[in-house]
Amino acid sequence: MPQTSTANILSILETDFSSLIEDWLGTQVKEGVKRSDLFSDSESRAQNRELLRAFSKGVRAGVVNEEFNLDDDAWEDLRAVLVDVSKERVGRGVTPTEMATFVLALKSTLFKRLEAMPDLEGQRLIRDVLMVTRLVDAFAIYTNEIFIGERDQIIERQRQEMLELSTPVVELWDRVLTLPLIGTLDSARAQEVMENLLQTILERQAEVVIMDITGVGTVDTQVAQHLLRAAAAVRLMGAECIISGISPMIAQTMVQLGIDVGTVSTRSSIRTALSDALQKVGYVIKTSEVS
Amino acid sequence: MADRSGTKGTAVAEITLAVSRDVVAARQAVARVLKERGLSAMRITRFATAVSEIARNAIVHGGGGRISIYLDPGKAYLRVECRDDGPGIEDVTLAMTEGYTTAGGLGRGLGGAKRLSHDFEIRSAPGEGTTVSMSVKL
Repeated sequence: MPQTSTANILSILETDFSSLIEDWLGTQVKEGVKRSDLFSDSESRAQNRELLRAFSKGVRAGVVNEEFNLDDDAWEDLRAVLVDVSKERVGRGVTPTEMATFVLALKSTLFKRLEAMPDLEGQRLIRDVLMVTRLVDAFAIYTNEIFIGERDQIIERQRQEMLELSTPVVELWDRVLTLPLIGTLDSARAQEVMENLLQTILERQAEVVIMDITGVGTVDTQVAQHLLRAAAAVRLMGAECIISGISPMIAQTMVQLGIDVGTVSTRSSIRTALSDALQKVGYVIKTSEVS
Repeated sequence: MADRSGTKGTAVAEITLAVSRDVVAARQAVARVLKERGLSAMRITRFATAVSEIARNAIVHGGGGRISIYLDPGKAYLRVECRDDGPGIEDVTLAMTEGYTTAGGLGRGLGGAKRLSHDFEIRSAPGEGTTVSMSVKL
């Protein structure tokens, strides 16, 4: 009998592969983490097979003197399969707990096989159980890390998407633009807003720009400075800037902060700002005469 | 929840300040507590703006810091303490002066934060970082 630390585990993994997959799936069902609502049986089986194959490969090549590190080259396949599986599972709404339990289910599957091995008992059995535990735990921890990394990427992507979504410049009428600002105006967003706005002024030959801050909850000195700088840049391009949506709260806070808006026009609502803007470009709003 | 009452009062939240998103987290945490306490939108906006100013200062000038929010022992005030281990302020009086700025800002933040809060205290010395403590009446 081979005496390396993983000999018994490898022999189970390699000679009993197919039935191991079935047992693993069975344990997943028992633990309630086989999401048959999200994955078909054949999909689950294929994923399990790929994972187990990559895992065996890692166990064969990546464990030296009872030590291993999932970051080593020997585990490259497992990492690659895990990234694919995690990506798919995150996308379908599997939770981190389900994902970890799914991997950990491999433990009891392997334990049962070790238990059934003839001549394996006492200290040698314990040694093998310990090895399986360490390997599968590391596998599960790694899975969770990838899982979380995958989620972080989704969050970052959504953040980027929101950044773009939240700075639309809208043409309200000929030569009248509006920029509805929502949420927080930090330096990165302010820069993006400004670029977008100035470019649109040029394209649309705008004469009046309404920057609406109804959706901005807090105007501190930094936000105010960004707004006033944007207004100054708009003016340099020959257009006029109206800041609308100044709530009583924001008005009071700005006064306490000692913010001087200078010659920038401000209005409490976008409605009054629009009526002013239309007047400036030569339109009047009239009620139609119904006879 | 464990009782975190101390001499300073009951801790409500503690937020690490490193990037500008943390400023938002800090003022949202404060706004949430004040809303629970039934303060008017006006007073919430005022104090949240003050918190926004000092939290941003800790990041821009202090290279990051921590903000602690707690209810004072009598529960009559919400107190916010913002610490950084930055270079400190050489002349606090000058820093509080309207329009004085070292980072190209409007130079209104500190004076503004003082006016927007019930009481305001700033402790700083060169090389010793800066601590701003301010409160709002509940």
